[in-house]
Amino acid sequence: MLDFSKNYFELFGMPVAYVIDAADLAERYRDLQRVVHPDRFASASEQERRLSMQGSILINEAFQTLKDPMLRARYLLSLHGVEMGDGKGATQDMGFLMEQMELREALAEAKDQADPFAVLSTILSGIDQRTKGLVAQLTEQFESATPEQLAAAREIVLKMQFLQKIHQDAEALEAELEDAL
Amino acid sequence: MALLQLSEPGQSAAPHQHKLAAGIDLGTTNSLVASVRSAEAETLPDAEGRHRLPSVVRYLEDGVVVGHAAKAEAVSDPLNTIVSAKRLLGRGVEDIKSLGERLPYEFRQDHTAVPRIHTVGGDVTPVEVSAEILKTLTQQAEQTLGGELTGVVITVPAYFDDAQRQATKDAAKLAGLNVLRLLNEPTAAAVAYGLDSGSDGIHAIYDLGGGTFDISILRLNRGVFEVLSTGGDSALGGDDFDQVVAEWIMQQAGIQDDAGHAMLRRLMRDACAAKEALTESETAEIKLELDDGSHWDGSLSRETFNQLVEPLIRKTLGPCRRALRDAGLGADEIEDVVMVGGSTRVLRVREMVGEFFGAEPLTSIDPDRVVAVGAAIQADVLAGNKPDGEMLLLDVNPLSLGIETMGGLVEKIIPRNTTIPVARAQEFTTFKDGQTALAVHVLQGEREMVSDCRSLARFELRGIPPMVAGAAHIRVTFSVDADGLLHVEAEEKSSGVKTGIEVKPSYGLTDNEIEGMLRDSIDYAQKDLEARRLREEQVEAERVIEALQSALNSDGDRLLNAEERQQVETQLARLVEIARADDHIQIKREIEALEKVCEFYVERRMNASVTQAMSGHSVEEFE
Repeated sequence: MLDFSKNYFELFGMPVAYVIDAADLAERYRDLQRVVHPDRFASASEQERRLSMQGSILINEAFQTLKDPMLRARYLLSLHGVEMGDGKGATQDMGFLMEQMELREALAEAKDQADPFAVLSTILSGIDQRTKGLVAQLTEQFESATPEQLAAAREIVLKMQFLQKIHQDAEALEAELEDAL
Repeated sequence: MALLQLSEPGQSAAPHQHKLAAGIDLGTTNSLVASVRSAEAETLPDAEGRHRLPSVVRYLEDGVVVGHAAKAEAVSDPLNTIVSAKRLLGRGVEDIKSLGERLPYEFRQDHTAVPRIHTVGGDVTPVEVSAEILKTLTQQAEQTLGGELTGVVITVPAYFDDAQRQATKDAAKLAGLNVLRLLNEPTAAAVAYGLDSGSDGIHAIYDLGGGTFDISILRLNRGVFEVLSTGGDSALGGDDFDQVVAEWIMQQAGIQDDAGHAMLRRLMRDACAAKEALTESETAEIKLELDDGSHWDGSLSRETFNQLVEPLIRKTLGPCRRALRDAGLGADEIEDVVMVGGSTRVLRVREMVGEFFGAEPLTSIDPDRVVAVGAAIQADVLAGNKPDGEMLLLDVNPLSLGIETMGGLVEKIIPRNTTIPVARAQEFTTFKDGQTALAVHVLQGEREMVSDCRSLARFELRGIPPMVAGAAHIRVTFSVDADGLLHVEAEEKSSGVKTGIEVKPSYGLTDNEIEGMLRDSIDYAQKDLEARRLREEQVEAERVIEALQSALNSDGDRLLNAEERQQVETQLARLVEIARADDHIQIKREIEALEKVCEFYVERRMNASVTQAMSGHSVEEFE
C-alpha cells in the first residue's frame, strides 16, 4: 500500500497550504496515476493488482479533495485538528443567513418566471461570485492559521457548504426544466 | 532445492515477447474483434474475410450456430434465434417488459433472477448467448493471429449499470476468456481517435449503437484520457429507429398489433433496410411479404423518416446537456464531437448533434470499427506490450451508488461521474439489543426513492457481536474498481470482527449458477474443469514468477538487504518447482505464500515509484 502516514499534500509532494496551483496539482495527479493505476498492473499478480487499486483509490480521493476549494479547506482544518462535526453547527452570521433565505426564495419562484433559465443562470452566477469571495477570505485565514483564524475558517466553510447545497438544487431544477422541454 | 534461473542484471528475466491480446466490441447488432499487429490496430476478419460478426445465435437441437448463418435464419426460425441479446444482459423479465419491446421469445423465469429464453436446444440465459458470440470472436482472432490470446479487453456502453457489466464479465468467464479490463465504448473510441490525431483538448464522444446510447466528455492531455462525465440511455439505439419505422409500415399496410413472430422479424428487417437506404437516397422502397404470401409495396421518404426518428434523437440530447453540466462545461468549450456507432450514419443524427455542440461531427474512422480498434490498443497496453507507454485511461462511474435508508429513500454513497477506482465507507449501527445481523440494500440511480432506482444487490452483514442497540459500529466500504464493478466489505469497528457478506445480486447470476453452467456445458466436463483450474493456476504462477524476477533484477539490490533477498528467492524457488507439478491447490497455496513473503517488497516498490514520479516534478521546477 502507499504510505498512509503521508497526508494528501505530501502524497503530491506539495507544501501544506491553502493556496494551490491547480494546473500543477492536475499534472502531479496524472503522473502519480501513471505509475499506480490498475491499468499498469493488469497483467501483474493478484496482490499487486490489489495494492494498485488501493493506491489509485487514495490518489483519486486526494485529488478530489485538494482540487475543490471547500473540501481542501475542510481537509486543512482537519490537519490542524479542527473538525467540522456533523454539519449542524450552523453559521451565526445573520446577514449571510438572510441572503440565503433570499436565494432560496428566488430559487423557489424561478420555475414560474417568464424565462426560468435566465433566472437560474443569474442565481448560479451569484452563488459563484459569493463562493469566490469566501475562497479569498479563506486564503487570508489560512495564512498564519492562529486558533482564532482557524475558527473563522471553519465558519467560512460552513457558509460554503450552504452555498454548495443551493448550487446543487439550482442545477437539479435546471436539469428538470430542460428535460421537460 | 531447484536451481533458480536468474538472468544477468539489465536483462529481463523472460525475453520480452509480444503477447497476443485483443479488443472485443460486443455489440447489440454486430460484434468485432481487433488486435495490434506490427504497431497497427486493426479489426480481424473471419475465414471468409468478413469483419463484422452479427450478434445472432441460433440454437438447434444438437448445436449452436453463431453469426451470419444464424442471422440468415432469424426470420424463418425466430424462437430459436436470439438477436440483440445485449439488450437483455443484466436485466430481469419485468425490466424487459417495461422496455416495451416486441421480443419474439418465450421467456422462462423459475428459481432465478435471470430470465431464460426457451429454445429447442434448451433454456438459455442472455449471458450464455453472449458467451457464444465471444467464443466465436476469440476463435476468429486466434486463427488470424496464429496463437492463443493471453487476454482481452471487452467494451461495454459507458452507461451500463453494475448488473449489466457483471453479466458481460460472466459471459467472458463462460467463454473461458481472461478479461484484462471492461472498457467503456466511448472511451475506446476516443483512444482510437486520440492516438490518430494526437490532439490535446476537450472532446465529446457521441455513441449511438444498435441498442444503447452513450455520451462522454473527456479531456486528453499528453496520453492521459480523463473522462470528465458520461451519460446516456442503456435502452435506446438504432433498434428503436427500426421499431418506429416498423410501426409506420404496420399503420400504412394495415397490419394488426397481434402479428406473429415471423411477421415481426420480417417487419424489423425491412424497416432496418429502409433506414439504411435513406442515408444514401431520398426515398426507400419497401416490399413487405405478408403472411398469405402476397406483398405490400410502399415508399418512405427521408423527410417522413426524419419526422419519425426526431423524437428519438431529441431523447439523446438530454443526456448530452447533463453530461456537459456535470463536466462544468458549456457546449462552446467542446473542440469536436466524435461520432461512434452504426446509428450515427443516420444523417438527421449528425445534423442535430452537430447543431447541439456547434461543431462539425468527426466521422473519419468507420463508426462500426472505431470501438474495437480502441479496445485493441488498450488490450495491447494492458497485456504489457508497451511497458513505457504514456497512455492512461481515467474513467468514471456512470450512475450514483447508494443505499436504502428509512422510508424507502436512497442515500448516495458514491455520486455519478466520480473517477474510478473509488471507495467510500459508511457506518451503520444496530437498532435492537443483541442484534447480530443487518440488511443493506444497494441501489444505483439518480432518483431519491428506492422504487425509482435500480436494485443492485441486498447484502446481509452477519456475525455482529451482540451488544446493546446502537453500540456496534459497522463500517461498510463500497468500492468501484477500474472495470466499474462494485465490491463491498464490512467490519465491526469496536471488536474488529470482519462481518461476512452474503451477496444476492438482484438481476445477476450467482457464482454457483456460473459454476453450474461451466459444469453443464459440453466444453467443460469435470476432467476439463480440473485441467482448466490447473492451467489457470499455472498461468497465475508464471505471471507471479515473471513479475518477481524482473522486479528483483531491476531494483532487488537497491530495495532489499541480503537477508530479505534470500528469503524472497527461497520462496520463489519453491513456487517455480511446485508450478511444474499438476496440483492446482498446492500451486495456489504456494502463490499465496510467496505473496505474503513479498508483501513488504511490493509495497516498497510502489512507494519508490511514487517518490520517483514526484521527484521528477521538483527537478522540473528548479530548472
